[in-house]
Amino acid sequence: MDTAFSSEDLKFQSDVREFISNNYPKELKDSIGTKRKTGKELSRGDLMSWHKILGKHNGWSAPGWPKQYGGAEFTPTQKYIFEQECARAECQYIMPFGVNMVGPVIYTFGNDEQKAKYLPGILSGDVFWCQGYSEPGSGSDLASLKTSAVKEGDHYIVNGQKTWTTLAQHADWIFCLVRTNPDAEKPQQGISFLLIDMKTPGITVRPIKLMDGSHEVNETWFDNVKVPVENLIGQENMGWTYAKFLLAHERSGIAGVARSKKALERIKQIASAEMSYGEPLIQDPAFKSKIANAELELSSLEYTELRTLAKDSAGKGPGPESSLLKIKGTDIQQMVTELAMEAVGYYANPHLGTTLSNEYVGPDYATNLSGSYFNFRKASIYGGSNEIQRNIIAKMVLGL
Amino acid sequence: MNFDYTEEQTLLENMVTSFVRDDYDWDTRCSIVKTEEGWKEENWKKFAELGLLGVPFDEDQGGLGGEATDIMIVMEQFGKGLVVEPYMPSIILAGGLISKLGSADQKNLIIPEIISGDRRYVFAYAEPQSRFDLFDVKCSATLDEDNYIINGFKSVVFGAGMATHLIISARTDGDQRSKSGITLFLIDIKSDGITLQNYPTIDEYRASEVVIENLTVSKENILGELGNSYEAIEEQVDLSTIAICSEAVGILQVLKDSTNDYCKNRKQFGQSISANQAIQHRLVDMMIEYEQAKSILYMAITADLSNTDERRKAASAAKARIGKAIKFVGENAIQLHGGMGVVDEYMISHFFKRATMIGILFGNVDFHMKRYTELTQSNIQSINEDDGINLS
Repeated sequence: MDTAFSSEDLKFQSDVREFISNNYPKELKDSIGTKRKTGKELSRGDLMSWHKILGKHNGWSAPGWPKQYGGAEFTPTQKYIFEQECARAECQYIMPFGVNMVGPVIYTFGNDEQKAKYLPGILSGDVFWCQGYSEPGSGSDLASLKTSAVKEGDHYIVNGQKTWTTLAQHADWIFCLVRTNPDAEKPQQGISFLLIDMKTPGITVRPIKLMDGSHEVNETWFDNVKVPVENLIGQENMGWTYAKFLLAHERSGIAGVARSKKALERIKQIASAEMSYGEPLIQDPAFKSKIANAELELSSLEYTELRTLAKDSAGKGPGPESSLLKIKGTDIQQMVTELAMEAVGYYANPHLGTTLSNEYVGPDYATNLSGSYFNFRKASIYGGSNEIQRNIIAKMVLGL
Repeated sequence: MNFDYTEEQTLLENMVTSFVRDDYDWDTRCSIVKTEEGWKEENWKKFAELGLLGVPFDEDQGGLGGEATDIMIVMEQFGKGLVVEPYMPSIILAGGLISKLGSADQKNLIIPEIISGDRRYVFAYAEPQSRFDLFDVKCSATLDEDNYIINGFKSVVFGAGMATHLIISARTDGDQRSKSGITLFLIDIKSDGITLQNYPTIDEYRASEVVIENLTVSKENILGELGNSYEAIEEQVDLSTIAICSEAVGILQVLKDSTNDYCKNRKQFGQSISANQAIQHRLVDMMIEYEQAKSILYMAITADLSNTDERRKAASAAKARIGKAIKFVGENAIQLHGGMGVVDEYMISHFFKRATMIGILFGNVDFHMKRYTELTQSNIQSINEDDGINLS
């Protein structure tokens, strides 16, 4: 057993750290910081500019992609280090829809023309993707989806509605699961995987406001949308296979250990500034025991992730264990957002910490902590709800 | 980075696994705990033959020079068999104290005899008032010319009835709860002044109350420095804590796997009870708790245990987290076994009982949470940035 990084890994770690400190733009940090405080939505530029910088540096915008497609082809350990360093420096995270989701589907199942057309834009961050999976009637039971694509000559005509389309307001393209064979024996058998240009006539995006007031997700409507047949990935009616492949990719890295660690550190700082019973809150036995509890959960999860990583490096995974990382990782994110809200006491109340005449109230660090708590209830629901993840483990790991 | 065993470690694991499988099956184990002695001395001889009694000792003393990983391997497999022979108390804890503190003469005399199985030391430290505080020592040793006269009472000393010798912590100076002034003495268990009250524990191991009345001990039998043993005691108890965490992880695996099998085989309403989602999700949560327990154990094993703070943190983190897993996995194993869970006849309750008692040993969840909290929340930087918390 050896959890020390090799000398190459340590060198890599210092390279990454140096690259971030020399290249992460101060204006971006300031812009994101101010917007978070004032509750303004991040712009497309905020979301993508770090991606664009990484895209010009040895494929670092796509850590897991093979070199032949322009990716960095990091080893699992390097990926882990890279994520850790980005979290440590509180870098804006890379949008997953292009790099982690549709990208691997395209280079695994797409044809050469598709690879040449789509991969460079994903890598460089010039093209913004969104995901068209869920529908109003198809959440966890994704295969029941109804959005239809009917072939007419060299086009599919797409009709239906997608929902929870994250950041569709910025997107240039959407990858969609559509029903191409309504008469298939099983619902999974009639599904295809289509790439659709968001500028195509007939597409309407409507915002869905979440309970913290944020606009992250949308409804996306398709009304006789004409999609060229060459936008089909792989074979018609084989989309479910590609969808499952994508979901497995989506779950890896979902544990968010490094980001939660950073957040806990910050909560401890807040709790040393806040007072309770005439002493810093961090001295309060009940509060400090909750922090310690979250730290222990996080340490355990970190080693669970490292164990998965070691298996992955040996070419044995990641398997259904990634469901475990999703369940515990999101549990901890929710624990952490709750602790942060709890730490600031009454100042959880002011919405975005601003008065009606736009003056700040309360300590700066308290702004929107309750918003994060409410927002993060999503974590145990998205990416396959934690109940669905338990079903996966029950079936695939425990053989029940 | 890897979590693999070396070739030697794989051999060690195979050896202990076959011992448990071939010499310690469930019926054999049941017959051993029912004997008057409550253990089987032959097994100790077998451990000596297999080299297990030498695992943690230095090679120049005839040991294997094993590390935390090697100890984990042995303890995890012993956990799976609920092996009652006093390996941890004698080899890890008492043996560790002698290795750490013994003079060259003491080590040369004692350690080879421990490794050969001829001597068994156990460490008598707890007292009725001390709870989990290793420094809370009332038992007194007063100098009388060249000898010390010891008086006191030691509680719940595991394996004392199987031991040939004791290590006793006694106060040679300071107040009852002072960390200085604690001295260790090496004692022949047959000495005048030692009375053992032996008893079985709820989980069918053996322990003793030790009454010490005017026990005379010569100065040569002091282990370590006079009045300066507390830190070594804390260190060896931390390492023993990690050892019993390994035992617990072995037990949790049995609890989880057996419950899984039981739920697949048990039929009600015409189907396996594992077809019910309520049961499936409980089994998944048990599996997750087991994996988290194993992970924090790996964290402890791979920590820098030679660094005092790291060692303290590692032991308390592991014990606190694994203590929670013990309660969750253990109680649910019983629940899902239904009536079969609560009877003495079926093995599952025995694993639950042992795991629960490990939960108390060397400090329970609350004790280690508190210790961990104190170790980790002392140096917090003051908040200096104003950009809030970025969680997304």
